[in-house]
Amino acid sequence: MEVGLGHYLTVGAILFVTGVFGIFLNRKNIITILMSVELILLAVNLNFVAFSAFLNDLAGQVFALFVLTVAAAEAAIGLAILVVFYRNRGSIAVDDVNTMKG
Amino acid sequence: MTPDFVSSSLAIVAPELILAIGAMALLLIGLFMGERSAPTVSGLAAALLVGAGLVLVTVTPDGVAFGGSIILDPFARFMKVLVLIGSAVVIVMSVGFAERERFDRFEFPVLIVLSTIGMMVMISAGDLIALYLGLELQSLAVYVVAAINRDSVRSTEAGLKYFVLGALSSGMLLYGASLIYGFTGQIQFDAIASLAAEGRSLGLIIGLVFVLAGLAFKISAVPFHMWTPDVYEGAPTPVTAFFAGAPKVAAMALLTRFTVEGFGPLTPDWQQVIVFISIASMAFGSFAAIGQRNIKRLMAYSSIGHMGYALVGLAAANVSGVRGVLIYMAIYMTMTLGTFAVILSMRRRDGVVEEIDDLAGLSRTNPVMALFLTILMLSLAGLPPLAGFFAKYFVFVAAVQAQLYGLAVIGVLASAVGLYYYLRLVKVMWFDEPAESFVPMAMEMRVVLGAAALFIFPVYLFVGPSIAAAAEAAARSFF
Repeated sequence: MEVGLGHYLTVGAILFVTGVFGIFLNRKNIITILMSVELILLAVNLNFVAFSAFLNDLAGQVFALFVLTVAAAEAAIGLAILVVFYRNRGSIAVDDVNTMKG
Repeated sequence: MTPDFVSSSLAIVAPELILAIGAMALLLIGLFMGERSAPTVSGLAAALLVGAGLVLVTVTPDGVAFGGSIILDPFARFMKVLVLIGSAVVIVMSVGFAERERFDRFEFPVLIVLSTIGMMVMISAGDLIALYLGLELQSLAVYVVAAINRDSVRSTEAGLKYFVLGALSSGMLLYGASLIYGFTGQIQFDAIASLAAEGRSLGLIIGLVFVLAGLAFKISAVPFHMWTPDVYEGAPTPVTAFFAGAPKVAAMALLTRFTVEGFGPLTPDWQQVIVFISIASMAFGSFAAIGQRNIKRLMAYSSIGHMGYALVGLAAANVSGVRGVLIYMAIYMTMTLGTFAVILSMRRRDGVVEEIDDLAGLSRTNPVMALFLTILMLSLAGLPPLAGFFAKYFVFVAAVQAQLYGLAVIGVLASAVGLYYYLRLVKVMWFDEPAESFVPMAMEMRVVLGAAALFIFPVYLFVGPSIAAAAEAAARSFF
């Protein structure tokens, strides 16, 4: 069986859904949320590269490179905010992010 | 890549370049001056934003830069001017407040400038890459700004919540962008539009919906509004004032350009989505605000509702609808900045307060402030002859022209409900027993509040037609 575009897209969709569920169902730890965000961005990159190869068009790969760069910046900022939060609250459990209602 | 191509492109992005280089220079100035540099850097940052605005309106030519990635048209110019005004006013208002509340870090104005560059790229975005990069530059700076008061649990919690939900929404937006790219093979809006005109595919529609979800988060439209009240309440007040103004304008501009220019041929498809989130935002914004006691939370629900009204114009998807969106955003930003000038001035000798009851009897302790705030509140509620009425009038008329009668009726009903909580604030100010008076307003707050309130009434009655004409010219960019 040949691996085609559909297979790549399926893997991408599964990764994306895993990431989204990781954010919503996880009740333990904010680090897990950061990992889920990375998973979502990786799913997107897989999509872009697969489409790019399938369409014989470079724009998708360029887009994937930009996404990689931004993902690195996003992870850095996320961790930095997490560190200052931990200093104030003494915990990074999701259930402890509740000073304000809502 | 001829030199000609590069220089003509650079001329179009000159305001962004000025801000980008200026932001780096400000960072260096702040570092070399050390501890006490915040007021200087703030002043320079405000001057930088004003300078970029002057360059934008005087010498920058209309056109397309970098092969269609960046578009500067009258629409972009109108929105960019709004964004620059919003950012500059917030920086001016933050100086004194930050000094008293001891979070006067020079990084704050620098981050606002960086976020403004992101917003200007968003407004000018002509393809999916520019859309994403502009959005992320804006968002990443704004996440940090929300957590700028790093010794406060509430501020860091606001930053964390904003970051997590913002990252999720960026992910959804990107997933949609990848589907749009995959099913059209194009990333430029106009190329996507011409392919969409030939026939739509399911993948394209799914991609469109994902991108709309991501953008709806940025304008805090229901059902992607969960972050708004918490972030507004937790973030330091100058930061909240910033969130309520410029980023909303930029995200609304991006949403308008993306839908009208990129997906014009698929209008019936996205129109349903916009109508739904518009109705949901108007209704939720009106009802959820009723029980609020914290004025920053109240403003959060108010902004959710106002985004719903602005989306009524977008749902109409015609020239008068886009014109309505432009006018609405201009008036909304003025009202919000004026209101936040009051919220920033709610301080007693023992510190800042932010409950609605703290405004009790303001008419006797500070009549001028009470009068101006009353004008702003009634305008937010949409009573004639204040500017807020005209804002709503233009979007509702556009909806009726587009035969969206149900949407217009629901909008009018929602603003009637909204009137209740704005009037409650007015009643607290004029008829309740006076609470302890506030310390006198700082000079910059007086100027901002006075300018905003006088613009709402009576200045708008005179300049309104010319603003409407400018918005009309801007809306014609798309049709």
